[in-house]
Amino acid sequence: MSVLVYTESQEGQFKKVALEVASYGKAVAEQLGTTLTALAFSANDPSQLGNYGVDKVLNVTSASRFDAKVYANAIKQAAEKENAKVVIVSSSADSKYLAPLLAIELDAAYASNVVATPTEVSPFTVKRSAFTNKAFSFTSLNTDVKLIGLSKNAYGLVENSGSATTEDFSPTLLDSNVEVKSVDRSTDKVTIADAEIVVSGGRGLKGPENWGIIEELAEVLGAATACSKPVSDLGWRPHSEHVGQTGKPVASNLYIAVGISGAIQHLAGINASKVKLVINTDPEAPFFKAADYGVVGDAFEVVPILIEKLKEFKSQNA
Amino acid sequence: MKILVCISHVPDTTSKINFAEGDTKFDTNGVQFVINPNDEFGLTRAMWFKEKQGASVDVVNVGGPETESTLRKALAIGADGAIRVNTQPMDGLQVAKELAKVVQDGAYDLVIAGRESIDYNGGMVPGMLANLSGSNFINNCIGLEIEGNQATAIREIDGGKETLSTQLPLVIGGQKGLVEESDLRIPNMRGIMMARKKPLNVLEPLNTEASTTTNRFVKPAPKGAVKLVDIDHLDDLVNMLHTEAKVI
Repeated sequence: MSVLVYTESQEGQFKKVALEVASYGKAVAEQLGTTLTALAFSANDPSQLGNYGVDKVLNVTSASRFDAKVYANAIKQAAEKENAKVVIVSSSADSKYLAPLLAIELDAAYASNVVATPTEVSPFTVKRSAFTNKAFSFTSLNTDVKLIGLSKNAYGLVENSGSATTEDFSPTLLDSNVEVKSVDRSTDKVTIADAEIVVSGGRGLKGPENWGIIEELAEVLGAATACSKPVSDLGWRPHSEHVGQTGKPVASNLYIAVGISGAIQHLAGINASKVKLVINTDPEAPFFKAADYGVVGDAFEVVPILIEKLKEFKSQNA
Repeated sequence: MKILVCISHVPDTTSKINFAEGDTKFDTNGVQFVINPNDEFGLTRAMWFKEKQGASVDVVNVGGPETESTLRKALAIGADGAIRVNTQPMDGLQVAKELAKVVQDGAYDLVIAGRESIDYNGGMVPGMLANLSGSNFINNCIGLEIEGNQATAIREIDGGKETLSTQLPLVIGGQKGLVEESDLRIPNMRGIMMARKKPLNVLEPLNTEASTTTNRFVKPAPKGAVKLVDIDHLDDLVNMLHTEAKVI
Protein backbone atom coordinates (compact mmCIF):
# COMPACT_ATOMS: atom_id res chain seq x y z
CA MET A 1 0.00 0.00 0.00
CA SER A 2 0.95 3.66 -0.22
CA VAL A 3 -0.34 7.19 0.11
CA LEU A 4 -0.90 9.19 -3.09
CA VAL A 5 -1.00 12.99 -3.35
CA TYR A 6 -2.14 14.97 -6.37
CA THR A 7 0.38 17.79 -6.73
CA GLU A 8 -0.86 20.63 -8.91
CA SER A 9 1.33 22.79 -11.03
CA GLN A 10 0.88 25.78 -13.23
CA GLU A 11 3.08 26.21 -16.27
CA GLY A 12 5.29 23.45 -14.94
CA GLN A 13 5.82 25.01 -11.50
CA PHE A 14 4.33 23.37 -8.44
CA LYS A 15 1.73 25.48 -6.68
CA LYS A 16 2.13 26.13 -2.98
CA VAL A 17 -0.83 23.83 -2.29
CA ALA A 18 1.09 21.02 -4.00
CA LEU A 19 3.96 21.39 -1.54
CA GLU A 20 1.45 21.54 1.31
CA VAL A 21 -0.34 18.31 0.30
CA ALA A 22 3.07 16.67 -0.10
CA SER A 23 4.08 17.76 3.43
CA TYR A 24 0.78 16.52 4.81
CA GLY A 25 0.92 13.31 2.78
CA LYS A 26 4.33 12.55 4.27
CA ALA A 27 2.89 12.81 7.80
CA VAL A 28 -0.02 10.51 6.88
CA ALA A 29 2.33 8.01 5.22
CA GLU A 30 4.45 7.92 8.38
CA GLN A 31 1.37 7.38 10.50
CA LEU A 32 0.45 4.42 8.31
CA GLY A 33 4.05 3.18 8.07
CA THR A 34 4.15 3.43 4.31
CA THR A 35 5.57 5.44 1.43
CA LEU A 36 4.37 8.57 -0.34
CA THR A 37 3.84 8.84 -4.09
CA ALA A 38 2.92 12.07 -5.86
CA LEU A 39 1.10 12.40 -9.15
CA ALA A 40 2.08 15.47 -11.15
CA PHE A 41 1.06 16.68 -14.59
CA SER A 42 3.78 18.15 -16.79
CA ALA A 43 5.96 19.31 -13.89
CA ASN A 44 9.31 20.80 -14.89
CA ASP A 45 11.16 19.57 -11.83
CA PRO A 46 9.24 16.66 -10.27
CA SER A 47 12.16 15.69 -8.02
CA GLN A 48 11.64 18.95 -6.09
CA LEU A 49 8.86 17.15 -4.20
CA GLY A 50 11.51 15.04 -2.45
CA ASN A 51 12.20 18.13 -0.33
CA TYR A 52 8.70 17.76 1.10
CA GLY A 53 8.84 14.06 1.83
CA VAL A 54 7.68 12.46 -1.42
CA ASP A 55 9.39 9.14 -2.17
CA LYS A 56 8.29 8.72 -5.76
CA VAL A 57 6.81 11.09 -8.34
CA LEU A 58 4.72 9.90 -11.25
CA ASN A 59 4.89 12.64 -13.85
CA VAL A 60 2.27 12.62 -16.59
CA THR A 61 3.67 14.35 -19.66
CA SER A 62 0.99 13.31 -22.13
CA ALA A 63 -2.00 15.13 -20.63
CA SER A 64 -3.20 18.42 -21.97
CA ARG A 65 -4.67 21.20 -19.83
CA PHE A 66 -6.73 20.59 -16.72
CA ASP A 67 -9.98 18.71 -17.23
CA ALA A 68 -11.66 17.46 -14.06
CA LYS A 69 -12.96 14.20 -15.54
CA VAL A 70 -9.76 13.33 -17.40
CA TYR A 71 -7.52 14.18 -14.45
CA ALA A 72 -9.73 12.35 -11.92
CA ASN A 73 -9.55 9.23 -14.04
CA ALA A 74 -5.76 9.54 -14.39
CA ILE A 75 -5.41 9.91 -10.60
CA LYS A 76 -7.49 6.78 -10.19
CA GLN A 77 -5.13 4.89 -12.49
CA ALA A 78 -2.15 6.11 -10.47
CA ALA A 79 -3.86 5.08 -7.22
CA GLU A 80 -4.41 1.59 -8.59
CA LYS A 81 -0.86 1.31 -9.87
CA GLU A 82 0.52 2.37 -6.47
CA ASN A 83 -2.06 0.41 -4.48
CA ALA A 84 -2.83 3.67 -2.67
CA LYS A 85 -5.24 3.38 0.25
CA VAL A 86 -5.25 7.09 1.02
CA VAL A 87 -5.44 9.68 -1.77
CA ILE A 88 -4.98 13.35 -0.91
CA VAL A 89 -5.90 16.45 -2.91
CA SER A 90 -5.87 20.15 -2.00
CA SER A 91 -8.73 22.67 -1.67
CA SER A 92 -7.89 24.58 -4.83
CA ALA A 93 -10.72 25.24 -7.28
CA ASP A 94 -9.38 22.47 -9.53
CA SER A 95 -9.00 19.94 -6.70
CA LYS A 96 -12.50 20.65 -5.38
CA TYR A 97 -13.77 20.19 -8.94
CA LEU A 98 -12.22 16.79 -9.51
CA ALA A 99 -12.40 15.30 -5.98
CA PRO A 100 -16.07 14.19 -6.02
CA LEU A 101 -15.59 12.65 -9.46
CA LEU A 102 -12.51 10.86 -8.15
CA ALA A 103 -14.37 9.61 -5.06
CA ILE A 104 -16.86 7.79 -7.28
CA GLU A 105 -14.08 6.44 -9.52
CA LEU A 106 -12.17 5.10 -6.50
CA ASP A 107 -15.28 3.97 -4.64
CA ALA A 108 -13.75 6.01 -1.83
CA ALA A 109 -15.27 7.91 1.06
CA TYR A 110 -14.36 11.58 0.68
CA ALA A 111 -13.76 14.12 3.42
CA SER A 112 -13.21 17.70 2.25
CA ASN A 113 -11.79 20.66 4.22
CA VAL A 114 -9.64 18.42 6.40
CA VAL A 115 -7.57 20.51 8.81
CA ALA A 116 -5.20 18.03 10.51
CA THR A 117 -3.56 14.66 10.22
CA PRO A 118 -5.86 11.72 11.02
CA THR A 119 -6.77 11.49 14.69
CA GLU A 120 -6.98 7.72 14.33
CA VAL A 121 -6.06 5.33 11.56
CA SER A 122 -8.56 2.63 12.52
CA PRO A 123 -11.26 3.64 12.02
CA PHE A 124 -9.63 6.21 9.77
CA THR A 125 -10.84 9.49 11.29
CA VAL A 126 -10.13 13.07 10.30
CA LYS A 127 -10.97 16.49 11.67
CA ARG A 128 -12.65 18.71 9.09
CA SER A 129 -14.17 22.16 9.20
CA ALA A 130 -17.92 22.52 8.79
CA PHE A 131 -20.56 25.22 9.15
CA THR A 132 -18.20 27.55 7.31
CA ASN A 133 -15.50 27.43 9.98
CA LYS A 134 -17.97 27.84 12.84
CA ALA A 135 -17.33 24.22 13.87
CA PHE A 136 -15.28 21.10 13.21
CA SER A 137 -16.39 17.52 12.86
CA PHE A 138 -14.57 14.27 13.48
CA THR A 139 -15.49 12.06 10.57
CA SER A 140 -14.58 8.42 9.93
CA LEU A 141 -14.04 7.19 6.39
CA ASN A 142 -15.31 3.64 6.18
CA THR A 143 -14.18 2.50 2.75
CA ASP A 144 -11.06 0.58 1.73
CA VAL A 145 -9.68 3.59 -0.17
CA LYS A 146 -10.01 7.03 1.43
CA LEU A 147 -9.98 10.42 -0.26
CA ILE A 148 -8.95 13.54 1.67
CA GLY A 149 -9.28 17.16 0.58
CA LEU A 150 -6.80 19.15 2.66
CA SER A 151 -7.92 22.60 3.74
CA LYS A 152 -5.75 25.44 2.52
CA ASN A 153 -2.99 26.67 4.85
CA ALA A 154 -4.12 24.19 7.51
CA TYR A 155 -0.95 22.12 7.66
CA GLY A 156 1.77 24.31 6.17
CA LEU A 157 4.97 23.33 4.44
CA VAL A 158 7.34 20.90 6.13
CA GLU A 159 10.72 20.46 4.52
CA ASN A 160 12.31 17.08 4.46
CA SER A 161 15.80 15.91 3.64
CA GLY A 162 14.64 12.97 1.51
CA SER A 163 14.87 12.61 -2.21
CA ALA A 164 12.27 11.49 -4.71
CA THR A 165 12.65 9.16 -7.64
CA THR A 166 10.72 10.27 -10.69
CA GLU A 167 9.01 8.17 -13.27
CA ASP A 168 7.14 9.06 -16.44
CA PHE A 169 3.58 7.85 -16.16
CA SER A 170 1.29 7.40 -19.15
CA PRO A 171 -2.27 6.74 -18.04
CA THR A 172 -4.97 6.09 -20.62
CA LEU A 173 -6.54 9.52 -21.03
CA LEU A 174 -10.30 9.79 -21.41
CA ASP A 175 -11.79 12.05 -24.03
CA SER A 176 -12.77 15.43 -22.63
CA ASN A 177 -16.42 16.51 -22.82
CA VAL A 178 -15.70 20.06 -21.78
CA GLU A 179 -13.97 22.47 -24.09
CA VAL A 180 -12.18 25.53 -22.75
CA LYS A 181 -13.12 28.54 -24.88
CA SER A 182 -11.15 31.17 -23.04
CA VAL A 183 -9.30 31.78 -19.79
CA ASP A 184 -9.27 35.09 -18.03
CA ARG A 185 -6.68 34.93 -15.27
CA SER A 186 -5.04 38.00 -13.87
CA THR A 187 -1.35 37.29 -13.85
CA ASP A 188 -0.07 40.51 -12.35
CA LYS A 189 -2.09 40.31 -9.15
CA VAL A 190 -1.79 38.05 -6.13
CA THR A 191 -4.89 35.85 -5.93
CA ILE A 192 -6.96 35.47 -2.78
CA ALA A 193 -6.44 31.71 -3.04
CA ASP A 194 -2.64 31.90 -3.00
CA ALA A 195 -2.09 34.99 -0.88
CA GLU A 196 -0.24 34.85 2.43
CA ILE A 197 -1.82 38.19 3.29
CA VAL A 198 -5.23 39.53 2.28
CA VAL A 199 -6.28 43.18 2.63
CA SER A 200 -10.03 43.58 2.59
CA GLY A 201 -12.21 46.67 2.46
CA GLY A 202 -15.79 47.24 3.57
CA ARG A 203 -18.51 49.82 3.36
CA GLY A 204 -16.58 51.97 5.81
CA LEU A 205 -14.50 53.10 2.83
CA LYS A 206 -17.55 54.99 1.57
CA GLY A 207 -17.04 54.48 -2.17
CA PRO A 208 -15.07 52.69 -4.88
CA GLU A 209 -13.03 55.83 -5.51
CA ASN A 210 -11.39 55.35 -2.11
CA TRP A 211 -9.91 51.95 -2.85
CA GLY A 212 -6.47 53.38 -3.55
CA ILE A 213 -5.40 53.00 0.09
CA ILE A 214 -6.49 49.35 0.11
CA GLU A 215 -4.54 48.66 -3.06
CA GLU A 216 -1.48 50.49 -1.80
CA LEU A 217 -1.54 48.67 1.53
CA ALA A 218 -1.85 45.38 -0.36
CA GLU A 219 1.01 46.31 -2.64
CA VAL A 220 3.36 47.11 0.24
CA LEU A 221 2.58 43.73 1.80
CA GLY A 222 2.47 41.72 -1.42
CA ALA A 223 -1.11 40.95 -0.49
CA ALA A 224 -4.30 40.17 -2.40
CA THR A 225 -7.22 42.59 -2.21
CA ALA A 226 -10.69 41.49 -1.15
CA CYS A 227 -13.97 43.03 -0.06
CA SER A 228 -17.08 42.43 2.01
CA LYS A 229 -20.41 41.31 0.56
CA PRO A 230 -22.16 44.73 0.64
CA VAL A 231 -19.25 46.20 -1.31
CA SER A 232 -19.56 43.61 -4.07
CA ASP A 233 -23.37 43.86 -4.03
CA LEU A 234 -23.08 47.63 -4.49
CA GLY A 235 -20.80 47.02 -7.44
CA TRP A 236 -17.88 48.92 -5.91
CA ARG A 237 -15.65 45.89 -6.42
CA PRO A 238 -15.97 42.74 -8.58
CA HIS A 239 -17.68 39.61 -7.22
CA SER A 240 -14.39 37.77 -7.49
CA GLU A 241 -13.13 39.84 -4.54
CA HIS A 242 -16.10 39.06 -2.29
CA VAL A 243 -14.98 36.99 0.69
CA GLY A 244 -17.28 35.47 3.27
CA GLN A 245 -19.80 32.70 3.62
CA THR A 246 -21.26 33.00 0.13
CA GLY A 247 -18.09 34.40 -1.40
CA LYS A 248 -14.57 33.09 -1.41
CA PRO A 249 -13.13 31.52 1.70
CA VAL A 250 -9.91 33.02 3.03
CA ALA A 251 -7.25 31.03 4.86
CA SER A 252 -4.35 33.46 4.80
CA ASN A 253 -1.67 34.02 7.43
CA LEU A 254 -2.77 37.61 7.94
CA TYR A 255 -6.18 39.08 7.15
CA ILE A 256 -6.54 42.85 7.38
CA ALA A 257 -10.11 44.15 7.50
CA VAL A 258 -10.57 47.86 6.84
CA GLY A 259 -13.99 49.38 7.46
CA ILE A 260 -15.70 45.99 7.81
CA SER A 261 -17.98 45.63 10.81
CA GLY A 262 -17.70 41.85 10.93
CA ALA A 263 -21.11 40.34 10.23
CA ILE A 264 -21.30 36.69 11.23
CA GLN A 265 -21.36 35.61 7.55
CA HIS A 266 -18.20 37.56 6.84
CA LEU A 267 -16.40 36.18 9.88
CA ALA A 268 -17.32 32.63 8.90
CA GLY A 269 -15.64 33.04 5.54
CA ILE A 270 -12.38 34.45 6.85
CA ASN A 271 -12.09 32.60 10.15
CA ALA A 272 -9.55 30.12 8.85
CA SER A 273 -7.04 32.97 8.60
CA LYS A 274 -4.39 32.73 11.27
CA VAL A 275 -4.06 36.37 12.35
CA LYS A 276 -6.67 39.09 11.94
CA LEU A 277 -6.07 42.83 12.08
CA VAL A 278 -9.13 45.06 12.17
CA ILE A 279 -9.24 48.77 11.47
CA ASN A 280 -12.60 50.37 12.21
CA THR A 281 -13.97 53.65 13.53
CA ASP A 282 -16.54 51.89 15.68
CA PRO A 283 -15.04 50.35 18.85
CA GLU A 284 -18.25 48.31 19.17
CA ALA A 285 -17.81 46.67 15.74
CA PRO A 286 -18.28 42.92 16.25
CA PHE A 287 -15.11 42.25 14.24
CA PHE A 288 -12.96 43.37 17.18
CA LYS A 289 -14.18 40.34 19.14
CA ALA A 290 -12.80 38.06 16.42
CA ALA A 291 -9.59 40.03 15.86
CA ASP A 292 -6.08 39.51 17.17
CA TYR A 293 -5.04 43.11 16.61
CA GLY A 294 -7.18 46.18 16.26
CA VAL A 295 -6.94 49.88 15.59
CA VAL A 296 -9.94 52.00 16.46
CA GLY A 297 -9.80 54.90 14.08
CA ASP A 298 -10.69 56.37 10.73
CA ALA A 299 -9.33 54.20 7.92
CA PHE A 300 -8.45 57.29 5.92
CA GLU A 301 -6.11 58.37 8.70
CA VAL A 302 -4.89 54.97 9.94
CA VAL A 303 -4.13 53.24 6.66
CA PRO A 304 -1.81 55.90 5.16
CA ILE A 305 0.26 55.97 8.38
CA LEU A 306 0.32 52.17 8.46
CA ILE A 307 1.53 52.13 4.86
CA GLU A 308 4.39 54.51 5.78
CA LYS A 309 5.36 52.44 8.82
CA LEU A 310 5.30 49.25 6.76
CA LYS A 311 7.46 50.85 4.08
CA GLU A 312 9.99 51.84 6.74
CA PHE A 313 9.90 48.32 8.13
CA LYS A 314 10.34 46.79 4.68
CA SER A 315 13.30 49.01 3.85
CA GLN A 316 14.99 48.12 7.15
CA ASN A 317 14.30 44.42 6.80
CA ALA A 318 14.82 44.06 3.08
CA MET B 1 -35.67 21.38 -21.36
CA LYS B 2 -36.27 19.66 -18.01
CA ILE B 3 -34.38 21.24 -15.15
CA LEU B 4 -33.93 19.84 -11.66
CA VAL B 5 -32.71 22.21 -8.96
CA CYS B 6 -31.25 20.56 -5.85
CA ILE B 7 -32.30 22.38 -2.70
CA SER B 8 -30.44 22.01 0.57
CA HIS B 9 -32.34 22.93 3.72
CA VAL B 10 -29.77 24.78 5.82
CA PRO B 11 -29.57 27.02 8.87
CA ASP B 12 -29.90 30.71 8.08
CA THR B 13 -26.49 32.35 7.63
CA THR B 14 -26.85 34.28 10.88
CA SER B 15 -27.57 31.17 12.97
CA LYS B 16 -25.61 30.41 16.09
CA ILE B 17 -24.10 26.97 15.65
CA ASN B 18 -24.58 24.60 18.58
CA PHE B 19 -24.63 20.84 18.97
CA ALA B 20 -26.82 18.45 20.91
CA GLU B 21 -26.91 14.79 21.98
CA GLY B 22 -23.34 14.73 23.21
CA ASP B 23 -22.09 16.94 20.37
CA THR B 24 -23.17 14.37 17.79
CA LYS B 25 -26.00 16.33 16.15
CA PHE B 26 -26.59 19.88 15.00
CA ASP B 27 -28.87 21.61 17.49
CA THR B 28 -31.87 22.87 15.52
CA ASN B 29 -33.38 24.58 18.54
CA GLY B 30 -34.35 28.14 17.63
CA VAL B 31 -32.72 27.88 14.22
CA GLN B 32 -34.39 29.29 11.10
CA PHE B 33 -33.91 27.16 8.00
CA VAL B 34 -33.57 28.57 4.51
CA ILE B 35 -32.77 27.52 0.96
CA ASN B 36 -29.01 27.05 0.78
CA PRO B 37 -27.71 30.36 -0.69
CA ASN B 38 -25.69 28.64 -3.43
CA ASP B 39 -28.83 26.75 -4.46
CA GLU B 40 -30.93 29.90 -4.42
CA PHE B 41 -28.72 31.51 -7.07
CA GLY B 42 -29.24 28.37 -9.16
CA LEU B 43 -32.99 28.33 -8.61
CA THR B 44 -33.22 31.94 -9.76
CA ARG B 45 -31.21 31.13 -12.88
CA ALA B 46 -33.59 28.20 -13.51
CA MET B 47 -36.54 30.63 -13.34
CA TRP B 48 -34.88 32.61 -16.12
CA PHE B 49 -34.69 29.46 -18.29
CA LYS B 50 -38.34 28.78 -17.49
CA GLU B 51 -39.50 32.26 -18.42
CA LYS B 52 -37.28 32.87 -21.45
CA GLN B 53 -36.84 29.37 -22.85
CA GLY B 54 -39.93 27.50 -21.68
CA ALA B 55 -38.02 25.10 -19.44
CA SER B 56 -39.83 23.12 -16.77
CA VAL B 57 -38.28 23.35 -13.31
CA ASP B 58 -38.58 20.85 -10.49
CA VAL B 59 -36.87 21.12 -7.14
CA VAL B 60 -35.65 18.24 -5.00
CA ASN B 61 -34.45 17.67 -1.48
CA VAL B 62 -33.19 14.53 0.21
CA GLY B 63 -34.42 14.82 3.78
CA GLY B 64 -37.18 14.46 6.32
CA PRO B 65 -40.63 16.13 6.40
CA GLU B 66 -39.12 19.19 8.13
CA THR B 67 -37.56 20.27 4.82
CA GLU B 68 -40.93 20.66 3.08
CA SER B 69 -41.29 24.28 4.17
CA THR B 70 -38.08 25.04 2.30
CA LEU B 71 -39.32 23.16 -0.79
CA ARG B 72 -42.61 25.09 -0.61
CA LYS B 73 -40.62 28.30 -0.61
CA ALA B 74 -38.89 27.15 -3.81
CA LEU B 75 -42.33 26.43 -5.31
CA ALA B 76 -43.50 29.89 -4.25
CA ILE B 77 -40.50 31.38 -6.04
CA GLY B 78 -41.74 29.64 -9.18
CA ALA B 79 -40.66 26.00 -9.47
CA ASP B 80 -43.33 23.78 -11.07
CA GLY B 81 -43.07 20.77 -8.79
CA ALA B 82 -41.13 19.44 -5.84
CA ILE B 83 -39.74 16.07 -4.87
CA ARG B 84 -38.63 15.00 -1.43
CA VAL B 85 -36.73 11.76 -1.00
CA ASN B 86 -37.77 10.65 2.43
CA THR B 87 -34.59 9.80 4.30
CA GLN B 88 -32.14 11.40 6.71
CA PRO B 89 -28.91 11.13 4.75
CA MET B 90 -25.70 10.55 6.69
CA ASP B 91 -23.30 11.87 4.06
CA GLY B 92 -22.98 13.45 0.63
CA LEU B 93 -22.58 10.14 -1.17
CA GLN B 94 -25.99 8.98 0.05
CA VAL B 95 -27.56 12.22 -1.15
CA ALA B 96 -25.84 11.89 -4.54
CA LYS B 97 -27.08 8.32 -4.99
CA GLU B 98 -30.67 9.28 -4.17
CA LEU B 99 -30.47 12.25 -6.53
CA ALA B 100 -29.00 10.12 -9.32
CA LYS B 101 -32.12 7.93 -9.15
CA VAL B 102 -34.39 11.00 -9.34
CA VAL B 103 -32.41 12.38 -12.30
CA GLN B 104 -32.56 9.08 -14.13
CA ASP B 105 -36.26 8.47 -13.51
CA GLY B 106 -37.19 12.04 -14.41
CA ALA B 107 -34.91 12.22 -17.47
CA TYR B 108 -33.68 15.71 -16.53
CA ASP B 109 -31.46 17.52 -19.03
CA LEU B 110 -29.93 19.98 -16.61
CA VAL B 111 -29.33 19.67 -12.88
CA ILE B 112 -28.46 22.84 -11.01
CA ALA B 113 -27.01 22.35 -7.54
CA GLY B 114 -25.06 24.71 -5.30
CA ARG B 115 -21.29 24.25 -5.19
CA GLU B 116 -21.68 23.33 -1.51
CA SER B 117 -24.20 23.59 1.29
CA ILE B 118 -23.34 26.12 3.96
CA ASP B 119 -23.90 23.61 6.77
CA TYR B 120 -21.62 20.62 6.20
CA ASN B 121 -19.58 22.25 3.39
CA GLY B 122 -18.94 18.87 1.78
CA GLY B 123 -18.85 20.26 -1.74
CA MET B 124 -19.27 16.77 -3.11
CA VAL B 125 -22.89 16.15 -4.09
CA PRO B 126 -22.89 17.86 -7.53
CA GLY B 127 -19.73 16.10 -8.75
CA MET B 128 -20.71 12.71 -7.38
CA LEU B 129 -24.17 13.07 -8.90
CA ALA B 130 -22.67 13.97 -12.28
CA ASN B 131 -20.41 10.95 -12.23
CA LEU B 132 -23.16 8.58 -11.04
CA SER B 133 -25.63 9.83 -13.64
CA GLY B 134 -23.13 10.00 -16.50
CA SER B 135 -23.65 13.73 -16.99
CA ASN B 136 -21.09 16.38 -17.79
CA PHE B 137 -20.08 18.52 -14.85
CA ILE B 138 -19.06 22.14 -14.29
CA ASN B 139 -18.22 23.28 -10.78
CA ASN B 140 -18.01 26.79 -9.29
CA CYS B 141 -20.30 27.91 -12.08
CA ILE B 142 -20.85 31.70 -12.23
CA GLY B 143 -22.54 31.96 -15.62
CA LEU B 144 -24.69 29.59 -17.68
CA GLU B 145 -26.35 29.79 -21.09
CA ILE B 146 -28.14 26.91 -22.82
CA GLU B 147 -28.80 26.78 -26.56
CA GLY B 148 -30.47 23.54 -27.64
CA ASN B 149 -28.19 20.78 -26.44
CA GLN B 150 -25.22 23.08 -26.02
CA ALA B 151 -24.18 24.72 -22.76
CA THR B 152 -21.77 27.59 -22.29
CA ALA B 153 -20.65 28.04 -18.71
CA ILE B 154 -18.25 30.28 -16.86
CA ARG B 155 -16.25 28.60 -14.11
CA GLU B 156 -14.48 30.51 -11.38
CA ILE B 157 -10.88 29.37 -11.08
CA ASP B 158 -8.21 30.43 -8.61
CA GLY B 159 -7.30 33.94 -9.74
CA GLY B 160 -9.81 34.32 -12.55
CA LYS B 161 -12.42 32.57 -14.61
CA GLU B 162 -12.72 30.45 -17.71
CA THR B 163 -15.43 29.99 -20.30
CA LEU B 164 -16.31 26.39 -21.08
CA SER B 165 -18.56 24.73 -23.57
CA THR B 166 -20.18 21.34 -23.12
CA GLN B 167 -23.36 19.41 -23.85
CA LEU B 168 -26.44 18.35 -21.93
CA PRO B 169 -27.09 16.34 -19.85
CA LEU B 170 -25.18 18.54 -17.46
CA VAL B 171 -24.82 18.99 -13.71
CA ILE B 172 -23.52 22.28 -12.40
CA GLY B 173 -22.23 23.30 -8.98
CA GLY B 174 -23.48 26.87 -8.91
CA GLN B 175 -22.78 29.91 -6.79
CA LYS B 176 -23.26 33.66 -6.65
CA GLY B 177 -22.70 35.08 -10.12
CA LEU B 178 -25.17 32.70 -11.81
CA VAL B 179 -27.48 35.59 -11.05
CA GLU B 180 -26.88 38.75 -9.07
CA GLU B 181 -27.88 39.07 -5.45
CA SER B 182 -30.42 41.71 -6.50
CA ASP B 183 -32.08 39.20 -8.88
CA LEU B 184 -33.03 36.86 -6.03
CA ARG B 185 -36.77 36.68 -5.54
CA ILE B 186 -38.80 36.93 -2.40
CA PRO B 187 -41.99 34.86 -2.76
CA ASN B 188 -45.09 37.06 -3.11
CA MET B 189 -48.56 36.23 -1.81
CA ARG B 190 -49.73 34.91 -5.17
CA GLY B 191 -46.67 32.65 -5.41
CA ILE B 192 -47.25 31.36 -1.89
CA MET B 193 -50.92 30.62 -2.66
CA MET B 194 -50.03 28.85 -5.90
CA ALA B 195 -47.29 26.85 -4.19
CA ARG B 196 -49.89 25.20 -1.96
CA LYS B 197 -51.49 23.62 -5.01
CA LYS B 198 -48.30 22.50 -6.71
CA PRO B 199 -47.28 18.85 -6.43
CA LEU B 200 -44.81 17.82 -3.73
CA ASN B 201 -44.07 14.17 -4.28
CA VAL B 202 -42.53 12.14 -1.51
CA LEU B 203 -40.39 9.27 -2.75
CA GLU B 204 -39.10 6.35 -0.76
CA PRO B 205 -35.30 6.15 -0.60
CA LEU B 206 -32.95 3.56 -2.05
CA ASN B 207 -31.53 2.98 1.43
CA THR B 208 -27.90 2.97 0.40
CA GLU B 209 -25.12 2.87 2.95
CA ALA B 210 -23.15 5.95 3.89
CA SER B 211 -19.39 5.82 3.36
CA THR B 212 -18.58 8.11 6.26
CA THR B 213 -19.64 8.49 9.88
CA THR B 214 -19.53 11.80 11.67
CA ASN B 215 -18.81 10.96 15.28
CA ARG B 216 -18.64 14.30 16.98
CA PHE B 217 -18.63 18.06 16.46
CA VAL B 218 -16.55 20.63 18.27
CA LYS B 219 -16.56 24.39 18.19
CA PRO B 220 -13.35 26.38 17.73
CA ALA B 221 -11.57 27.25 20.97
CA PRO B 222 -12.47 30.72 22.19
CA LYS B 223 -9.84 33.22 21.21
CA GLY B 224 -7.98 35.70 23.35
CA ALA B 225 -8.89 39.36 23.56
CA VAL B 226 -7.95 41.71 20.75
CA LYS B 227 -4.81 43.80 21.26
CA LEU B 228 -5.79 47.36 20.52
CA VAL B 229 -3.15 49.71 19.19
CA ASP B 230 -3.45 53.48 19.19
CA ILE B 231 -3.16 55.33 15.90
CA ASP B 232 -0.05 57.08 17.26
CA HIS B 233 1.71 53.77 17.90
CA LEU B 234 1.39 51.99 14.60
CA ASP B 235 5.15 51.22 14.75
CA ASP B 236 4.30 48.92 17.64
CA LEU B 237 1.67 47.25 15.51
CA VAL B 238 4.14 46.61 12.71
CA ASN B 239 6.60 45.22 15.26
CA MET B 240 4.01 42.91 16.76
CA LEU B 241 2.99 41.63 13.35
CA HIS B 242 6.64 40.85 12.71
CA THR B 243 7.98 39.50 16.01
CA GLU B 244 4.89 38.21 17.79
CA ALA B 245 2.48 37.12 15.06
CA LYS B 246 5.30 36.43 12.58
CA VAL B 247 3.12 37.22 9.60
CA ILE B 248 5.20 39.96 7.95
